[in-house]
Amino acid sequence: MTVKTATGAPARLPGGAAPKQGLWAWLNKRLPVDEFIHEQLTGYYAPKNFNIWYFFGSLALFVLVMQLVTGIFLTMFYKPGELTAFDSVEYIMREVDFGWLIRYLHSTGASAFFIVVYLHMFRAFLYGSYRAPRELLWLIGMLVYLALMAEAFMGYVLPWGNMSFWGAQVIVNLFGTIPGIGTPLVQWIRGDYGIADATLNRFFALHVAAIPLALLLLVMLHLVALHQSGSNNPDGIEIKEKLGPDGKPLDGIPFHPYYTVKDLVGVGVFLLLFALVVFFKPTLGGLFLEAPNFEPANPLSTPEHIAPVWYFTPYYAILRAVPDQRMGALLMLLAVVSFLFLPWLDRSPVKSMRYRGWISRTALALFAGSFVALGYLGLQPAEGLYVVLARIFAAIYFAFFLLMPFYSRIDAVKPVPDRVVYHAH
Amino acid sequence: MRTEAGRGRRALLTAALLAAAAPATHGAWAAEEAAGAPEVASGFGADWQSWRAANDVSDMPSVQRGARNFVSYCLGCHSLKYERWSRLAQDLGVPPRLLEQDLLPPGDKPAQYILTSMPAADAQAWFGKTPPDLSLMARARSQDYLYQFLRTFYVDPASQTGANNLRLPATAMPHVLSELEGLKRAVYRQAAGTAEGGQVTGKPVFDHFEQIAPGRLSAAEYDGFVRDTVNFLDYVSEPTQTARRALGVWVVLFLLVFTWLAWLVKREYWKDVH
Repeated sequence: MTVKTATGAPARLPGGAAPKQGLWAWLNKRLPVDEFIHEQLTGYYAPKNFNIWYFFGSLALFVLVMQLVTGIFLTMFYKPGELTAFDSVEYIMREVDFGWLIRYLHSTGASAFFIVVYLHMFRAFLYGSYRAPRELLWLIGMLVYLALMAEAFMGYVLPWGNMSFWGAQVIVNLFGTIPGIGTPLVQWIRGDYGIADATLNRFFALHVAAIPLALLLLVMLHLVALHQSGSNNPDGIEIKEKLGPDGKPLDGIPFHPYYTVKDLVGVGVFLLLFALVVFFKPTLGGLFLEAPNFEPANPLSTPEHIAPVWYFTPYYAILRAVPDQRMGALLMLLAVVSFLFLPWLDRSPVKSMRYRGWISRTALALFAGSFVALGYLGLQPAEGLYVVLARIFAAIYFAFFLLMPFYSRIDAVKPVPDRVVYHAH
Repeated sequence: MRTEAGRGRRALLTAALLAAAAPATHGAWAAEEAAGAPEVASGFGADWQSWRAANDVSDMPSVQRGARNFVSYCLGCHSLKYERWSRLAQDLGVPPRLLEQDLLPPGDKPAQYILTSMPAADAQAWFGKTPPDLSLMARARSQDYLYQFLRTFYVDPASQTGANNLRLPATAMPHVLSELEGLKRAVYRQAAGTAEGGQVTGKPVFDHFEQIAPGRLSAAEYDGFVRDTVNFLDYVSEPTQTARRALGVWVVLFLLVFTWLAWLVKREYWKDVH
């Protein structure tokens, strides 16, 4: 067989071109290594017109691995427990060799995770990546996001600083607004009548074992689902519909080596920005590590403004925009789950924003702007103008989803080209 | 011992103040006062909320002076429970002999943490509150906070310690540094608020400080003293910060080269893609 990849190297086809002798052959007879590499990397065709928005998926995977590795090192020195947690974190920061680096990598990594995931999600909004046949891919991705939120929230409690304590108090109490079972449910979650030692220890168990396992499984499913339907692209065209004589997509290129080398550049740029924070501004002015968290948890001293870390503040702003706490919690929940319905709310005949009209573009811009604005407002005290603005932006936030079936259908669209738009450099 | 002496001196100064009600010693601040707008507060301290520590942890002599200040004036009540004496000596370049001679309390070993010898129960009884550990205070409250706190003590006969503070009103902490700074009084003015009938409704607000008794240090010297102390507390709040920045430079340089090489590889491969 003389099948060649785009680089000119002979492709290894399953059972075909692989060497029939030696250790590698022995291994492949027992474990489909070659077959896996071919199916998932060298023989997996991705559209060639990916732009900058397509870096964030691989970056999210990179950050996940980094969080797992740094997290494992942290657990070697961290001691859960209300009398030991805070001290052990300071011990890591001061007396463990390079402990400060591991801790800052992990704390900055948490924020970086949300930055790349939010950009990754925005990419899906831009190019309709959640649309058929990728609805399940989108849903699994949303489950990854939900698991990530739980992971981040519980991780934030572990240093047992004063904001850890009061943040946990506020968030766990939200479950108390559920009618009927609220109070016993909150006690069951905490394992005590307040946020206490029992809460800290179970959050540790969930943070280092249960949720990471769920995250890994979901991320794997996310990738399997992605490779099943193939990647979308900035033009929102299915490259599988235009095949060459060799049966490969005309507008596709093998993921490896083309996108592995390209994503490596993305990792380099990401790490540069990441290192600037880790080494020169690890608290990022209180955004990544909040000042009150350098004081140990104190049930008798409430911080002046209780605010979650920045990645939760859009939802926090929605919660506080509603005078009734139960309604606020409900709207907050709705704000998160709205994303799940996206594939069925969008009725536009085209996928990509490139070929949609001004209504869809304006709606998306307003939505993204509201999300950022709510994120800012969630960091401010809930008073006066801030609350009024939070209500306005929350209204826009929900209108984006609720009105989508209408505006996406009536919006004018441009003709979608046959093939993807790509200019070789 | 030192605290006792300080207390005696403070009592003496306070007595002198109450007896004489000395007029303000303007001196260095006269110029500032003259330059200010006529209606808005303009005297010394009027702008205390905008005071910045502007300290520099890489200024090692300053951090060393701060350590000396801490041991002389703070350690009587406050601990640095996450910092060992040996670590301090190592990071600040203090030779073992000097550490033993000038800093280490008698009986303490270099490997021990920097702890006050004041029993917590006594502290509770004397001040109504155990003085907080200062290891992380610079990170929890900011350097500017500490700087403003140490510079806005003023005489307040209504307070149990005879002193009050603008940054932390009703603080339980006495003005330990008064022997250095001297004593100053807070001057208030009526707030601008007026009701419909022209009646003044505003509460008195702080306007400026008035020096009523000199200390051992001049204003500039005291400012330097506070800045050094804050600088030291900044160092203690994150002893690795100098190493962090130094390593960061190399990491960033490496990543620049790495990213550039990765981009060259990418460009080479993508020549095939048309």
